[in-house]
Amino acid sequence: MHYALCLVLFMVGLYGVLVKRNLIKIIVSLVVMESAVNLFIVMVGYRLKGIAPIMDSTIPPDQFVAASVDPIPQALVLTSIVIGVGVTAMTVAIAMRLYERYGTYDIQEIRRLRG
Amino acid sequence: MMQILPLFVAIPLGAGFLIPLVGRRNPRLCDALGNMTMLALLAMAISVIGKQGVYWVGGWLPQAGIPLGINLVLDGASLVMLLTITTISFMVTLYSIQYMDRYTSRSRFYSLFSLMVAGMIGVTLTGDLFNLFVFLEIASIASYALVAFGTQHEELEAAFRYIVLGSVGAALILFAIAIIYALTGSLNMAGISRALGTSPKPIYFFAVAMFIAGFGLKAALVPFHTWLPDAHPSAPAPISAMLSGVLIKTLGIYALARVLFNAVGMTPLFLDVLLVLGTLSIMVGVLLALGQDDIKRTLAYHSISQMGYVVLGFGLGTRLGIAAGLFHLMNHAVFKTLLFLNAGSIEYATGTRDYNKMGGLRSKMPVTAATSLIASMSISGIPPFNGFWSKLFIIVAAVQAEKYGYAAWAVVGSILTLASFTKLQKRAFFDEPKEAAKVAKEVPVFMKASMIGLAVLCVLMGLLWLPRIQEGFFMQAAKSLQEGFEYATHILGQ
Repeated sequence: MHYALCLVLFMVGLYGVLVKRNLIKIIVSLVVMESAVNLFIVMVGYRLKGIAPIMDSTIPPDQFVAASVDPIPQALVLTSIVIGVGVTAMTVAIAMRLYERYGTYDIQEIRRLRG
Repeated sequence: MMQILPLFVAIPLGAGFLIPLVGRRNPRLCDALGNMTMLALLAMAISVIGKQGVYWVGGWLPQAGIPLGINLVLDGASLVMLLTITTISFMVTLYSIQYMDRYTSRSRFYSLFSLMVAGMIGVTLTGDLFNLFVFLEIASIASYALVAFGTQHEELEAAFRYIVLGSVGAALILFAIAIIYALTGSLNMAGISRALGTSPKPIYFFAVAMFIAGFGLKAALVPFHTWLPDAHPSAPAPISAMLSGVLIKTLGIYALARVLFNAVGMTPLFLDVLLVLGTLSIMVGVLLALGQDDIKRTLAYHSISQMGYVVLGFGLGTRLGIAAGLFHLMNHAVFKTLLFLNAGSIEYATGTRDYNKMGGLRSKMPVTAATSLIASMSISGIPPFNGFWSKLFIIVAAVQAEKYGYAAWAVVGSILTLASFTKLQKRAFFDEPKEAAKVAKEVPVFMKASMIGLAVLCVLMGLLWLPRIQEGFFMQAAKSLQEGFEYATHILGQ
């Protein structure tokens, strides 16, 4: 159920990317999509009433595995956030240059190519 | 023995950081460093021919058949990709030495170029899904920047469209990876194939659909192709050559094949999806190409069409089909790179890409004309050039698999390709010279050397299909994909 909400958020982002005309709104929609995926990754590793995944000598290993949350998705999500920031920075830089050249943020008016 | 594998990623990554540091004031030093890097990678790739192995990063060996760390895998299929990427990269950097005189900030060009190569080689070698995503994004971000390299109106517009669709593709892929992780608790491709077992849940099909859409966006298969004809022509010619020549294959098709065949498991349903996507790409790509009069746009549409052949070969699912698909992938890398470099030379000499304004370049630019003729015949499937053999065997494989309809579409696509290139050759090289062509001169020496090198490869690569080489090389590569979950046994042991 919670997972379905991530999918809904993802679809909201996808809708924005496909429908919006303003470059900045498209970029924001991309960020929404990335956040939806990141949220999903974190939720995959979540466990209700789980403990922090730090091993110490007071808990036997099999109990620790049963009780702790999964640390791998947290490592993944950090990486994926960093990549997302890189892509967003790149996109914003290109959007700024586009504004310098065309004087508009409207994707409909930025149409020199026929594609 | 497999200690060399991480160097394949580390060397271009290191070069990517080193070149802007030392080469800011001295453009010739950038040329030298860039070319040395790519030459070293090519030499290393040649040195691992015929070898197979696994490298566990950080020495984290698998315990009791469960993978702990990230691994780099060299097998038949990754060897084919490795050789393709390094050969094309070297030829393209050789060409760039003089072509990039038209642009400023050469150090940034080589830096981004090296990062892109590092990302692509990483995608080729990695045995870990999340690691694949990271390398895919490294290569993608570098390619976004390279498409926008000229920072003129068209470049920026194309780069923006490319970046938006590329990010959507990446988000889909990451979502699918997360679902697969939730299902299996593993990110290692071998580990995933062990954990998935034989009775998949419905959500698994959802994840695979996301993989196909995500990698399809990166590979520009037909319903997802709209960004490619803008992005590829807008980049500087060496980058167009890299994007069409190797980037869409590595990030799209190879990654898709690796994930589908070896990690999540191939089923007849997915094979049918690949067949349909492949055939659609062949026909739509070539029909759109016929209507173009910009030389680089024509070539970009042909890339879509030719990628269709590779996907069609993979979709047959037979040993011969996959081997012929990989062979065509390698051949396409060579002749499409050559065609884009030819287009770059024409633009360098005449200042236009519209082939209605050229004409008669044959006498003015003999080397460009001759190499372009060879590449055109190769892509149209005329014997004895390499493109003929790979297309022939894709069609033979389709007939053997009793997919006569798909074989027929492949033949029709090939005839239309021939028509399109006949038109291009006639207009650009054979007709009466027009305004733009009168001032044309042959291009400088390194550009010629690179084009001649690729043309020689176009002629000689047909020999790779000789039975002995084919058995040891392409069939081996096809085996590593087709045997599916056996992949896990090679990596993790019994």
